Amino acid sequence: MGAVGVAAVAWPLIDQMNPSAAALALGTSEIDIASIQPGQQIVFKHRGLPLFVRRRTPAEIASAKAVDVNSLPDPLARNANLPENAPATDASRVVKPEWLVLIGVCTHLGCTPTVSTPQQPEGEYGGWLCHCHGSAYDTAGRIRKGPAPRNLDVPTYSFMSDTRIKVG
Amino acid sequence: MSGPSTYDPKSGLEKWIDSRLPLPRLMHDTMSTFPTPRNLNFWYTFGGILTFCLGVQIVTGIVLAMHYVSTSALAFNSVEAIMRDVNYGWLIRYVHANGASMFFLAVYIHMFRGLYYGSYKAPRELIWIIGVLIYLLMMATAFFGYVLPWGQMSFWGATVITNMFSAIPVVGSAIATWLWGDFAVGDATLNRFFSLHYLLPFIIAGVVGLHVWALHVPGNNNPLGIDVKTPQDTVPFHPYYTVKDAFYLVLFVILFASFVFFEPDFFGNPDNYQPANPLVTPPEIVPEWYLLPFYAMLRSIPDKLLGVIVMAGAIVTLVFIPWLDTSRVRSCRFRPLMKQFFWAFAVVCVILGYCGAQSVEATAFGVPLVWVARIATLYYFAFFWLIMPIVGLIETPKKLPASIAQSVLGDSAATPAE
Amino acid sequence: MRLTKLTRNLALGLGLGLLASHAAFAAESATARHHPKHVEFEFEGPFGTYDRGALQRGFQVYKEVCASCHGLQHIAFRNLADKGGPEFSEAQARALAAAVKVPAEPNDKGETTDESGAPLTRPGLLADRYPSPFPNENAARANNSGSLPPDLSLIVKARMGGPQYIYSLLTGFHEKAPAGFKVPDNKHFNPYFEGWTIGMPPPLSNNGVTYSDGTKATIDQQAHDVVTFLAWAAEPKMEDRKRMGFAVLIFLITLAGLLFAAYRRVWKDAH
Repeated sequence: MGAVGVAAVAWPLIDQMNPSAAALALGTSEIDIASIQPGQQIVFKHRGLPLFVRRRTPAEIASAKAVDVNSLPDPLARNANLPENAPATDASRVVKPEWLVLIGVCTHLGCTPTVSTPQQPEGEYGGWLCHCHGSAYDTAGRIRKGPAPRNLDVPTYSFMSDTRIKVG
Repeated sequence: MSGPSTYDPKSGLEKWIDSRLPLPRLMHDTMSTFPTPRNLNFWYTFGGILTFCLGVQIVTGIVLAMHYVSTSALAFNSVEAIMRDVNYGWLIRYVHANGASMFFLAVYIHMFRGLYYGSYKAPRELIWIIGVLIYLLMMATAFFGYVLPWGQMSFWGATVITNMFSAIPVVGSAIATWLWGDFAVGDATLNRFFSLHYLLPFIIAGVVGLHVWALHVPGNNNPLGIDVKTPQDTVPFHPYYTVKDAFYLVLFVILFASFVFFEPDFFGNPDNYQPANPLVTPPEIVPEWYLLPFYAMLRSIPDKLLGVIVMAGAIVTLVFIPWLDTSRVRSCRFRPLMKQFFWAFAVVCVILGYCGAQSVEATAFGVPLVWVARIATLYYFAFFWLIMPIVGLIETPKKLPASIAQSVLGDSAATPAE
Repeated sequence: MRLTKLTRNLALGLGLGLLASHAAFAAESATARHHPKHVEFEFEGPFGTYDRGALQRGFQVYKEVCASCHGLQHIAFRNLADKGGPEFSEAQARALAAAVKVPAEPNDKGETTDESGAPLTRPGLLADRYPSPFPNENAARANNSGSLPPDLSLIVKARMGGPQYIYSLLTGFHEKAPAGFKVPDNKHFNPYFEGWTIGMPPPLSNNGVTYSDGTKATIDQQAHDVVTFLAWAAEPKMEDRKRMGFAVLIFLITLAGLLFAAYRRVWKDAH
């Protein structure tokens, strides 16, 4: 009886620290992607975090597809739209191949990786380089080198139309 | 040493209060007549200095809290308002910010003193462990406090450190979300950090009370590391150590004032004068200097979870020191071998601090600093888990003096050099 | 005992050697910003104060050159008349405030815009802070080819290298880019900026400003004056701080002397 009483008193005091209803409501974002050119990335804000929306060129898609999944430091897709054990093939990282939607938070210690462009290459894999500790991601946002343990997360998202996505 | 009280209230008022609440008696016994070894040196003044620092931080902190706003939209500007418009706000803010650095400077000297003179050894183990608890609470308080101005370093430092919890398998993510109160560091996080930053110093004050209470059972250790044997070994705390502590406290405050008035941003980071921006990561995320050694350890391990475990282990290790050191001699004055390892340890801590401040790709003479940090971390753990147990057993200590009184007052040969 | 000295000396030597050989330490990329120029400002050091003339000229440079893109949100017009700052007279500060348009409160009909849709404005008062040139970040970026001009109230404290860095940046635009270095469109070459390309076009030009006190407005002079002004904007209480610092230190040193005498008296027979 005593234990139940204590737990009943303790739980509200603990649960109050979890995200409030307002925070949860701000959990969905609708994003207009019409203005993004091939080879370009725009950073949006989703749940307070950077959201990378990158429109990939055919070359970037091809180089991502050419990678052997077994050689990757993190072989899992990390895609909230797919089961946990889905492998990190290029197909499992996107909904439409041309569009890469990622949470722009380095899986090492939370910094925002810098996108690689032909004018300003970042890292050896054409994707992103995180300047905090040197993690390098490829054109599918998968970790290839450096201390980050996981591929960049793919959030829950879907296409409302060709030019609009809903995230979260 | 605690023993029966010798307090004899003189005035009527003293008698009246003391018979209802023995506070005058407590003050008298602990701060006036308390028998203290007569050979305490400069390194023993930092306990009093630390109490002063805690008082300063609490007073300036409460005053700052009258003007500070803990919402992300207003926090940075409220601090600037304190600096520009609140009467003497700039002074109170600079005292509080530099006070934190001075607090840690004093605590590190205090801890190293304890290591050198064997103050953690029986029967003072619990004083040491309570001290480690105070140190942990200080680090948490400082971490929360640094987030409050909501500058770039505040925000990103909070992001990096709270992300560490997500390294814990299975429950890590849920714990991180629970700490944040959101899906990332934000408003909810800032508000609760303010609440905790206000709370913890009072908990520290209580634990400091336990720390001093535990100290007063056996009484102070001393640079010779030998027990008090006769009343000749001690002097009453007042006036001998009240005046000595007061003098060294003023010297400490002179150093403190030099920073506050002439180099107030010396310990700070320019990035924290930029308002927090969740979309822009500063090129280098660095904690305040007093956390740098642990930051270096964390970054030197390539695996995220292992890095967290090593860093936590470095602090938890401190708890076991009373049992890791096997020597029967307390003070390094009489431990010629241990003394060398001690100084090497001090140098290693400074090296770790340096590595923590540099970028991860940095090199020195072509050697990547991350390897220097790894070797330094190795020495850190080896010092406690290997060197302390082994050296205690194999070392031949020097001959201890017969007593404190004889060493200080006697006309025998000069005391062995420090 | 000798071994201890040796160990300690070795450690000291290693430490000093490391410090002295700073050049051996490397972590930088190819386009790391150059070290700021060695230039001294009269407000630096424990005895430094702000030169009033420089502050007033620097304010003029800010107003005529920088204010079109950069905000100064932590400075109110009344600060221009404060002690320890440019020390304009109150009348001058009032006039300077009135010359600036600040966003107005809603009118009696509750409107916040005029007939053409532009936000309502009114002349500034002493209590007003400097208005931002743009209503929000997006507007600022749209007007500056995607770059965001930072607010300048704290810029001197918010950048590594402080006043020397800002000065070097402002005077560094004339340096030639190395052969083969490509400067992207809408960016400008400046080796004192990280990455060597900056969104800001060179803001200063010889005689770009006509100083009311007749000082020759070379780029160097303007840079020196505006950096002095911005240093004040970041730290308006500096002179108060240093003055109080001297009083406090003198008091503490005297107190230390007295306590030392007391300490020696108490401990005279105990050693």
